[in-house]
Amino acid sequence: MRNIIVYGPGCAKCKETERRVRHVIEASGVEATITKAVDFAEIAKAGVLATPAVGIDGIIKLSGRVPNEDEIKSWITER
Amino acid sequence: MLKTKARFEIDETTAQSAQLPGSKWLFVPGGIVAIAAWYLVYRQLASLTDWLAFSLFGLNKSTHLGSAVQFLLFETPKVMMLLVLVVFGVGMIRSFFTPQRTRAILAGKRESAGNIVAALLGVVTPFCSCSAVPLFIGFVTTGVPLGVTFSFLISAPMVNEVALVLLFGLFGWRIAAIYAGTGLLIAVIAGWVIGRLKMERFVEPWVYATELDNSEAVGQELDWSERIRFGREAVRDIVGKVWLYVIAGIAVGAGIHGYVPENFMASIMGKGAWWSVPLAVLIGVPMYSNAAGIIPIVQALLGKGAALGTVLAFMMSVIGLSLPETIILRKVLRLPLIAVFVGVVATGILIVGYVFNFIM
Repeated sequence: MRNIIVYGPGCAKCKETERRVRHVIEASGVEATITKAVDFAEIAKAGVLATPAVGIDGIIKLSGRVPNEDEIKSWITER
Repeated sequence: MLKTKARFEIDETTAQSAQLPGSKWLFVPGGIVAIAAWYLVYRQLASLTDWLAFSLFGLNKSTHLGSAVQFLLFETPKVMMLLVLVVFGVGMIRSFFTPQRTRAILAGKRESAGNIVAALLGVVTPFCSCSAVPLFIGFVTTGVPLGVTFSFLISAPMVNEVALVLLFGLFGWRIAAIYAGTGLLIAVIAGWVIGRLKMERFVEPWVYATELDNSEAVGQELDWSERIRFGREAVRDIVGKVWLYVIAGIAVGAGIHGYVPENFMASIMGKGAWWSVPLAVLIGVPMYSNAAGIIPIVQALLGKGAALGTVLAFMMSVIGLSLPETIILRKVLRLPLIAVFVGVVATGILIVGYVFNFIM
């Protein structure tokens, strides 16, 4: 069970990031919870300076741009 | 959520795994060929579009229609080519300046020198105004002085590569340089003034109380194929978003190329009208647009006799200060500090406007 958090206050890029993450998760069949962190305090607390950002199991995988689906796939399949 | 304090680390190594082995150094000859081809086409644009407009379409050079069509045919590919080249280059440069690294550089800095470095880093650090708040919190809680943080927040949206390319492509390098220089100056001085005013008490108290789970994560080295990918993504992202505005701007320019009387705007926005600068700022501040969106208006105003200082002031206040950004910043700043921020920056823009109307 992977724990995925998409950090973003709700800008277009953040929504696109969330959409891609959900799409990859659905297609891959990996079990995961996807949470969206929209609160600025929470985003800042995680050490994120630029949104959108994606955290998987407590590790920020990327921040400041929209990931492509291959990137997301490589994060959720690695151990 | 996140009640248990998980340890967060920035991990950029995984992003590299997609790269092909062996293609690592192909970008060197590839890049040289691409730049040479770019340069050849760019050099030939003028004669090519002359030929298209006057020989192929058979338009007359001396008519309004002929010069308008030639203007459109020449300026559009010229500005788009400049935009693609610069956005690609800046995209690659930005892969060296992550917000984490910028913060690490600024954290130890004192004011004044810090304000200058922050304004310069604002130009090259990737920034979107929707991340202004997490960035603000991340900066001030790790020891970047408040005024230095503001220098960054002012220069990042105002002095950007799209604005500079468009100004350079349409009005020449002098106007682009004036815009960049005065924009940086405003960011440095406004940030310094905010620092001097000791406004820390007007930052929402919870901001300084925020404990970051991760305060020293600095991105890991990327390799060149990754940086090239960043450049390509920047082109797709930025050029894909602004091309329509660019063409609209050039079309406005082509349309008024002879059709609207030359001094149409001179009486309202010319040098003689002292009140035109404050009016331009007053109208510009609540407006929100990206640099590309404002160019059609700038094109029309400058072309029709509006004074340079007035137009620069208008452009700076539209892209440098915006109502949505100040509303977002209200989450971390109290009203007096927001008022000082807008007031100081608007004053700086006013001075720039007057100075240029006076000397040009």
